[in-house]
Amino acid sequence: MPKVQLDEIQRRLIREIADLHDIPVGAYNFRANSKLAGRNTTANIDITSKEDKSGIDIRVKPGTKNESVHIPVVISDTGINETVYNDFYIGENADVLIVAGCGIDNCGSQNSEHDGVHRFFLEKGAHVRYVEKHYGSGDGTGQRILNPVTEAYLEEGASMEMEMEQIKGVDSTVRSTIAKVGKDAKLVVKERLMTHGNQTAISTYQIDLDEEGANGDVVSRSVARDNSYQKFDAKITGNAPCHGHTECDSIIMDNGRILAVPGLEANDIDAELFHEAAIGKIAGDQLIKLMTLGLSEAEAEEQIINGFLR
Amino acid sequence: MLELRNVSYGVAEEGQNIEIIRDLSLIIEDKKFVVITGPNGGGKSTLARLIAGVIKPTSGQILLDGEDITEKSITERARLGIGFAFQQPVKFKGIRVIDLLRIAAGKQISVSQACNYLSEVGLCARDYIEREVNSSLSGGELKRIEIATVMARKTKLTVFDEPEAGIDLWSFQNLIRIFEKMREEHKDSSIVIISHQERILNIADEIIVIADGKISRTGSVQEVLPALLGTEAAVDACARLTME
Repeated sequence: MPKVQLDEIQRRLIREIADLHDIPVGAYNFRANSKLAGRNTTANIDITSKEDKSGIDIRVKPGTKNESVHIPVVISDTGINETVYNDFYIGENADVLIVAGCGIDNCGSQNSEHDGVHRFFLEKGAHVRYVEKHYGSGDGTGQRILNPVTEAYLEEGASMEMEMEQIKGVDSTVRSTIAKVGKDAKLVVKERLMTHGNQTAISTYQIDLDEEGANGDVVSRSVARDNSYQKFDAKITGNAPCHGHTECDSIIMDNGRILAVPGLEANDIDAELFHEAAIGKIAGDQLIKLMTLGLSEAEAEEQIINGFLR
Repeated sequence: MLELRNVSYGVAEEGQNIEIIRDLSLIIEDKKFVVITGPNGGGKSTLARLIAGVIKPTSGQILLDGEDITEKSITERARLGIGFAFQQPVKFKGIRVIDLLRIAAGKQISVSQACNYLSEVGLCARDYIEREVNSSLSGGELKRIEIATVMARKTKLTVFDEPEAGIDLWSFQNLIRIFEKMREEHKDSSIVIISHQERILNIADEIIVIADGKISRTGSVQEVLPALLGTEAAVDACARLTME
């Protein structure tokens, strides 16, 4: 088993994407510049490398409680282009926290790209809180590209909360999330996105509520600054008596542009589906209020954006 | 001391200049509790916005402690010690009550300090401190939080723009008590309240009546209030119900 050894840049990236200051307790798999940098398994959580392609299988035993899995990826070399397949098998009634994230520091002139394909298989009654953060830094001309694919399959009574955050430094991202939600299972997605410069971000969702009592909720808050562009395309399909909701709430600044395409498809008379979408600049009265409390206009903007993306 | 010298404010409407405030001069002395009243559309809220710097006068001067602040921004005036409570409290997404109180206090106040401000306005702090300042709060709750944030600033002069607007009668009765308490306890700063309410007018050191963009009367409660009673400028809580 290789020992974890990270340089300063890699440590900084880890802090940004996983709020980790050191090696976490519990199961983990560190990947740095396309190589395994460290791994730990526990009695209940096993991690094995895939043999046919790049990636890992994570197996959580049924009934595992209060354990966590960290799988950070850091890239500090320029010109890396990789696709990684990670599959999570969560046993019946297990309850775990999974923290994934990718940090890219690209000081070179070649593009660095990491495409993570994460699939989650939740057995009956399993619960997962999944936290994913993306972060890019480095002042080279090479682009920092992240294209995450997330798939979730929820069996009866399973529940999953996904928190996906991409606040800084990723030049181009196409995120795709698909889910199939079973009987009385529940999926909640909370997405936070900020783009600036000339970045583009496309986020698509296809959530299928396939069985009675399935519940899906996708809430996205995003900010597009400078000349950046975002597309939010969230579709929920109700194939049974179910409840689905999508919400896209965005702030545009400077020359930022956003296209929101919420979609609902009901294929069952008892499917209840809702969507909300709003795009606009920061409200003038919000700025004025904070300025009357002594903040400058720029400070007020920062507070409003920080709150909005909380 | 706040002084307005020959302040006018006009807006262009369909090619015509409409004067909302006309050549208005007034002085708010230090440590005074002043209530500004008058008919709707008379220019009271415009006056409050001119003092806070949300709008700038077309002509005239505004001075704070002798310093000309006419051209100063909202932020600069706030930093010089002017507080402003909005008639319609602003809602946010994701900003919590404690965040607003911390911004207002200008430092990282502790949760218990923040709670004190909320208790002052009659809110059970524990229930509110982590709440977002959004539409899940009622009009009365938002109004009290607005007042708490303004109080947390400890300003020299605070303008409250119609604190009674947009709240139910139950919240209103509590709100009056807050101002009565403020009247008794805050003796080191000036308070300017724009209000039609008899109970608020009753506790003023000075009442200023504004109509048609000008001061039509000014004086003590005894001098001014009797003539106002029963008019739009001074209503009691019950009359308020029938007005709505």
